[in-house]
Amino acid sequence: MCLGIPGEVIELLDRPDLAKVNVSGVRRAINIGLLENENVQPGDWILIHVGFALSKIDEDEAAAALAFLEGIGTAYTDELDALAESNIE
Amino acid sequence: MSGEQVTHPGDTDQRSADWAEEAVRDAASHEDPELAQYALGGQTLSLEEQVLARIDRQRRRKAKIKEERITLAHGAGGKATHTLIDALFLESFRNPVLEAMEDQATLTVGGARLAFTTDSFVVHPLFFPGGNIGDLAVNGTVNDLAVGGARPLYLSAGFILEEGFPVADLQQIADSMAVAAAVAGVQIVTGDTKVVERGQCDGVYINTAGIGVIERDITLGAGTVKPGDSVLVSGPIGDHGVTVMLARGELDIESDIESDTAPLAELIGVLLDATTGVRVMRDATRGGVATILNEVARASNVAIVVDEKAVPTREEVRGASEILGIDPLYVACEGRLVIVVDGAETAAALAALRSHPLGEGAAVIGAVKDDPPTLVLLKTEFGGTRIVDMLVGDPLPRIC
Amino acid sequence: MRFVDEFRDAEKAQVLSGQIAALCEPGRHYSFMEVCGGHTHTIYKHGLEDYLPESVSLVHGPGCPVCVIPMGRLDDAIYISEQPDVIMTSFGDMMRVPGGKGSFFDSKAKGADIRMVYSPLDSLKIARANPDKKVVFMAIGFETTAPSTAMTVLRAAADGLENFSIFCNHVTIIPAIKAILDSPDMRLDGFLGPGHVSTVIGCKPYEFIARDHHKPLVCAGFEPLDILASIYQLMVQLRDGRCEVENQYTRVVPWDGNLKALQVINEVMELRPYFEWRGLGFISHSALKVREEYAKFDAEEIFKIPGIRVADPKACQCGEVLKGVIKPWECKVFGTACTPETPIGTCMVSPEGACAAYYNFGRFTRERVKEATRA
Repeated sequence: MCLGIPGEVIELLDRPDLAKVNVSGVRRAINIGLLENENVQPGDWILIHVGFALSKIDEDEAAAALAFLEGIGTAYTDELDALAESNIE
Repeated sequence: MSGEQVTHPGDTDQRSADWAEEAVRDAASHEDPELAQYALGGQTLSLEEQVLARIDRQRRRKAKIKEERITLAHGAGGKATHTLIDALFLESFRNPVLEAMEDQATLTVGGARLAFTTDSFVVHPLFFPGGNIGDLAVNGTVNDLAVGGARPLYLSAGFILEEGFPVADLQQIADSMAVAAAVAGVQIVTGDTKVVERGQCDGVYINTAGIGVIERDITLGAGTVKPGDSVLVSGPIGDHGVTVMLARGELDIESDIESDTAPLAELIGVLLDATTGVRVMRDATRGGVATILNEVARASNVAIVVDEKAVPTREEVRGASEILGIDPLYVACEGRLVIVVDGAETAAALAALRSHPLGEGAAVIGAVKDDPPTLVLLKTEFGGTRIVDMLVGDPLPRIC
Repeated sequence: MRFVDEFRDAEKAQVLSGQIAALCEPGRHYSFMEVCGGHTHTIYKHGLEDYLPESVSLVHGPGCPVCVIPMGRLDDAIYISEQPDVIMTSFGDMMRVPGGKGSFFDSKAKGADIRMVYSPLDSLKIARANPDKKVVFMAIGFETTAPSTAMTVLRAAADGLENFSIFCNHVTIIPAIKAILDSPDMRLDGFLGPGHVSTVIGCKPYEFIARDHHKPLVCAGFEPLDILASIYQLMVQLRDGRCEVENQYTRVVPWDGNLKALQVINEVMELRPYFEWRGLGFISHSALKVREEYAKFDAEEIFKIPGIRVADPKACQCGEVLKGVIKPWECKVFGTACTPETPIGTCMVSPEGACAAYYNFGRFTRERVKEATRA
C-alpha cells in the first residue's frame, strides 16, 4: 500500500505539475506538484506513490548507502582473511 | 496521551460481524482434539508444526462457497475459481472424465483417443497490442488441446454479439481467427451466433470448443509428477496479462509490451518428438505460472522449488508489475507453456523448446522435491525462501 | 531496475547477515518492530528472515492502512456506495476486505458501482466524465498517501468540481507507535522506521521514541538490503548502548520530510479527536478528517453514514500479534477460521498484514524448507 517505486523523469509535460516518468520501460504521467520547490528535470529520479512524486531520489546518497554496505563487506573479508592467516600460523 | 480515558460513541453502539463469528464456530467444530498426538517421522510435532498441520487439514476440507453472489474473484483463476468449480460444477456434473480436472477431457471413441475442450473469451479491450479476442479464442482452445498431447483438429465458434457492434470490427476479429486457425492447422467447422441488446454484453464474447486426436502413446497429467523432475517455462512470463491491463487505458501507462498469444501445438510437437519424459504441460493462462505449479504440487503430493532468478520476465513486465504491486508469477500468459519433465530429460527438453521460435526464451525454473508436499517454494533472487501460494481473489480486470 | 536491483544483492546480504550475527550477544534475544506493512511485505516476499540469526526476530507492526480500517468504517463506505447515483472509487487493496456485512466486491456484485483506481486523480477523472453522478474516493493511507488525496481535493476545488468527495480514513503513524510503546506487554528492542511515511513527515517526529522510551529507530528503505542494513544499524546502536533516530534511507528521505506535502495535508485536513484502529482500539488524535472549509468534498458531510462499530470476534488475537506478544501462528484462529480468503482479523486482511504475510509466504518450518531448497 505504501508502495513507492523509483522512476526516471523523461519529459516535463504541458502542465507544470506533470512529468512523464519511465519505470523499467513503461511510462506514465506523474504529478510532481509535491516537489514544486525541487526543480525536477528530465534525468532526475523520483519516488512514485499513487500517481504522485513524493521525493526526489538522491543519487549520491544511494551510492553512499551502497558504499556503506561495501565497507561492511570489506571489514568483514579483512576479518576473515585475518582469521584465516591466524589459523595458518 | 497515554492512559487517557475517552468515551467513544462506538463503545455502546456496536454489533458483531455475523459471518466472522460463524467462521470461528465452523472452524472450531472441525478441530481435532487429538491433534497433539499426531506424529511426523516418529517425532512429536512442535507447536508450530501442529499449527501447520491444522491449517493443512482445513485446506483439504471440502470446498464450500461462502459468498451469496458471484463476484469477479470467482472468475480470476485463483482460489475462489477453484472453490466454485469444485463445490458447484464438479458436484453437479461429477464423472470420472471430469474428475481428472485437466485443461481438456480425454475420451476414447471408436478406438481413437480424443481430446475435447471448451473455453470462453470475454477480454476487455477486444483489441490489444499483439492480438485481439479472435486470436485468443482460437489459440486458447488449440493450446488446451495441445497441452494434453493431442493434435488439434476442429474448432467450433460461438459468438454473442452486442446490438450496435461495428461489423468492421467483427470482420477483423473473424479474419484474425481464420489466420490463427490456419497457423495452428485447425478448421473452424461449426458455429453459432446470438445477438443481445445493447448493454447486455461488452461488444462480443466468443466461445470456442475443440477436438484433437492423441496419436502418441503418452499419459500426461498433473498427478504424474515425481521428485527429481524439472520444471520449465517456454518463454518470458506475464506479457499477455500486463498488455491487456495496460491496453484498458485506465491506468494511463504506456508501454511497448505485446501479448504473447500464440498456438503452441507445433512447439509441443517438437518437444514430444525430442523426449518421452514429459509428465505434464499447461498453458499458463489465468492465475499465471504460480497457480499451475500449485495445482501440480497438490495433484502429485510433491514440493516444487522455483528459482526466482531463473524465471524469465521482461523488464517492462517487471516495471508494470512493480507499479501495480502485482507479482508476475500470477500474471496470465496466452502462449507460454509450463512443463514438468523427468529430471534426466531436462537438457533434451530445453534444447527442443529452444529450437522453435516460440520456445527460444525457454528456461528451467525449478525442480520437484518430496517435502514439504503440496507446497510451491520460491528461492528468491535475494537468496531467501518463501511459499508461492494460490492466488487469493484478484482485483485485476478481465484478461482472457 | 535502478535503485532496486542494487539493493537486492544476495552476496552483500550474506556479508551483512554475518555481521548481524557477530553483533549478537550470547544469550540475548533481539526483537525489532518494522512499523510499516510495506516492510513486512518485503521481508516475506524476499525471504529475508533466512538471513537473520535465531536470536533476532521481527515483529510486524500496525502500518498497513488497509488492515487498520475498522469493519464499521468499511460498512459506512459500502453504505455510501449503495446510495443513488454514487460511483465509489477505491485502491485495489481495499476491494476484497470484508466489513461487518461483506466487502466492496460483494457490494459491487449486488449492483453498486465501485471502481478500482490507481491514483486519487483517476477518481477525479471519473467525476469529470460522469457529471450526473456523485463520485466518492475511499481515501485510506498514512502520511504517505494523505498528500495525494489532499492535492486531489485542492485540484477538485480549483476546477470547481461539484460531484467529487472523499471518504477520509487517513491515519497518522506516530500515535499508533505511541500506543504500542505505552502498552505494558510491549517487548521490543528497537524499530525499523517507515521509510515512505518519512518522505513526508521526516525523521524528527520519531525522536520521542529514543528520548522518552529509550528505544533506537532506524528509518529504513524498502528493498531487502535496506532492511538488513537497518537491522545492522540497530544492532550497532544496542552494542554501543545508544538509542538514537538514524536514517538509513537517505536516498529518499530528507531529515525534515516534504514540507510542501505537510502543508498540503494541513490545508485540507485536520486531526480527529480519536479514531478506531482495528486491532489496537481507539487512539487519540490518530487520524485525519476534511477541514470545514472543504466540507463540500467530505463524504461524511454529504452522506449520513450509519457509523456503527463492528467488533472483531473475541477469538481474534490481532492486538497481541501487533504488539509482538504472540507470533501469527500462535493465534487460536490463525489459518483455520481466519485465512486470507476469509480474514476475520486485521493482520490477515491484506498481503501486508503480519498474519497474511506469514500465511501466504512463510507457512512452513524453516528446517524443512532449507532442506527442500538445498541445491
